[in-house]
Amino acid sequence: MIRTQLPLIITFFTGMLLIVTFFIPHKPFGDLEQRFLIWYSIISGFTVLLGLDSLVKYHLTKLKKEFNIHSFILLFSLFLTLILGFYSWFKFKTPFALNSPFMYLYTYVIIPLQATMFALLAFFIASAAYRAFRARTFEATLLLIAATIVMLGRVPIGSYIWKGIASFISTIFPKIPYEELAKKEIFALISDWIMNIPQNAAKRGIFIGTALGGIAMSIRIILGIERTYITK
Amino acid sequence: MILNIIGTWLAATLTLAIFSFLYKDNPFYKLAEHIYVGVSAGFWVIYVWAFDIKPMLIDRFLTTTGIEKWILLIPAILGVLMLTRWFPKTAWISRIPLSFTIGIGAGLGVTASIQGFLIPQIGATLLPLTTINNILLVIGVISTIIYFYFSKEFKGTWKFFSRLGIIFIMIAFGASFGYTVMARISLLIGRIYFLLHNFLNIIP
Amino acid sequence: MKNLWSKLATIDRRIIYLLVFIVVALPMIFRMIMPIRVSREVQMAFSEIDNLKPGSIVMISIDYDAASEPELQPMLIAILRHCFSKNIKVILLGHWALGLPLGEMALNQVAKEYNKKYGEDYVNLGYRPGYTALMVGIGKEIRDFFPTDYRGIPIDSFPFMRKVRNYQQIDVLVGLEAGATGDAWVQFAGARFNQKIILGTTGVIAPDMFPYLQAKQIAGLISGLQGAAEYETLLKKAGSAILGMPAQSFVHLLIIIFIIIGNIGYFILRKRR
Repeated sequence: MIRTQLPLIITFFTGMLLIVTFFIPHKPFGDLEQRFLIWYSIISGFTVLLGLDSLVKYHLTKLKKEFNIHSFILLFSLFLTLILGFYSWFKFKTPFALNSPFMYLYTYVIIPLQATMFALLAFFIASAAYRAFRARTFEATLLLIAATIVMLGRVPIGSYIWKGIASFISTIFPKIPYEELAKKEIFALISDWIMNIPQNAAKRGIFIGTALGGIAMSIRIILGIERTYITK
Repeated sequence: MILNIIGTWLAATLTLAIFSFLYKDNPFYKLAEHIYVGVSAGFWVIYVWAFDIKPMLIDRFLTTTGIEKWILLIPAILGVLMLTRWFPKTAWISRIPLSFTIGIGAGLGVTASIQGFLIPQIGATLLPLTTINNILLVIGVISTIIYFYFSKEFKGTWKFFSRLGIIFIMIAFGASFGYTVMARISLLIGRIYFLLHNFLNIIP
Repeated sequence: MKNLWSKLATIDRRIIYLLVFIVVALPMIFRMIMPIRVSREVQMAFSEIDNLKPGSIVMISIDYDAASEPELQPMLIAILRHCFSKNIKVILLGHWALGLPLGEMALNQVAKEYNKKYGEDYVNLGYRPGYTALMVGIGKEIRDFFPTDYRGIPIDSFPFMRKVRNYQQIDVLVGLEAGATGDAWVQFAGARFNQKIILGTTGVIAPDMFPYLQAKQIAGLISGLQGAAEYETLLKKAGSAILGMPAQSFVHLLIIIFIIIGNIGYFILRKRR
């Protein structure tokens, strides 16, 4: 009873309170809501520690079985970070002083590792574009054309290419003046149009769908119909 | 100064270790990857302590008086109860703080989605059909929604609109792809700038 | 000839990687600069800040980390320069804990350029977990969530912060976004508290923000490195974004050439089959 019913009651009560407060922000609802929001923020912090436990446990068990350099390095860097963090706190009154050892670790370890990890994606996306981006069907061709125009329209080189095309056109059709044509920046204009009209319409359609789904899900959770979070 | 030079060398070594993955998976990459996970996990602990537990719980507990002081014990206990998940036998207790956060999330989500998304977005689609762009925008939104409506068989007009929907969706995905390429390349530019500027000093 | 195409259709990925690397590095080494065309949405964002009176308050949210630093950090620096040059006060906070020091670094750099003092011209509030709750809670009282700043100093010890209670005292909110927090700012702070919002986003999520722009839920959108370069152009102060755009341009061209080669190869090989 307490294991399943109590959580459902709490969810119902908190969820409903927030909805009611939205419409009646006065006392006592408003104050209670604010209090709950502060609690929410406090409790959310603790969830971070949950992930840490499984990470440490996993690598400690691995290390206990046999020495493994990777697990060792991971745990070592974790504890080194903690030591430097608390040391910086003690020495500089805050771990976030830019000249503290903790921030040194941030600048010279976290930034390069995280940024480079994501920079790898540039290579993968270039290779994937070359390998998989084929005009196999009508839909795929549309996707390809839209992507190409946006890629040209969003960078300065698009205007250089357009100027080249404009000069070509005005050589063939001397009646069309080059200057007028070159000023048009066609790639940028089409790219802006794609972003603001068809792209915008499709995204709005998709997000209206997901918003409706999200609302339905939230209501199911509040009413206790959706309860996977307590059965897991 | 010397510490900065050592730091730059360290950062460059780690950058190259990650880039070495492009050739093939190798021990240097693996090592860098594990350092990353370890250091960022450590960071999170300090963050939770510095930005949550200390200012929101401990400092407040020390500075407030009366009933307010003791009410603070409720979120503190709920937070600690979250950690019962660490032990299989007591894991069910964590459902209590979890249900609290889920209730708040769901309650906030309902009103925000309606007030902050559905109403303004639908409102912005109710346009006078006087220009081609307005017509395209309205048709685009409707046909995209129709494309994702699976409760009715795609036949006749319905099929026409769902087909139109896919055209809009493909253009949108293409545009998103173009933007994603742009974003990924920018990240690489950032890293190469670091190597050329901070590490090798080739460019000012 | 056909052999050539089939070869071109199956270039080793490492050659592609090498070409991408070279095409990024060369324009930087030769310090190429290209003129930047300013889009309407960046112009809107710029004007919004530009029209603020001295002493106005801008709140900037660091909702990214080192993974998107090259795109969003130049935006942050440009916006800080813009604010400080116009004597606008800045409140910094963030929802991506691992990115917060980036905000502090930028503040430190730009404040020195404009001789601005911590606590008088700007503050850094730091981070709190649970961003949706925080966004709604700030609408009532900022001190409920941030009694102290990034360094643990009470915010009431800073003169300009004493009058800041909630969104009503924030003239513009600038969200620098790499994820879902941008939507949350719009849906919580924007819709519920009528907060004027400008978003600066990574290229990946920028397309998803256009519906907000057209619905006037945001007052401007700066997207990706190009967006940052546009802002730098309007500010007439070149930064790392303008410097990066030629490299960006050439890699786009390279990728388009790859796509064309890949497709020609594909069609020739398909015909042969």
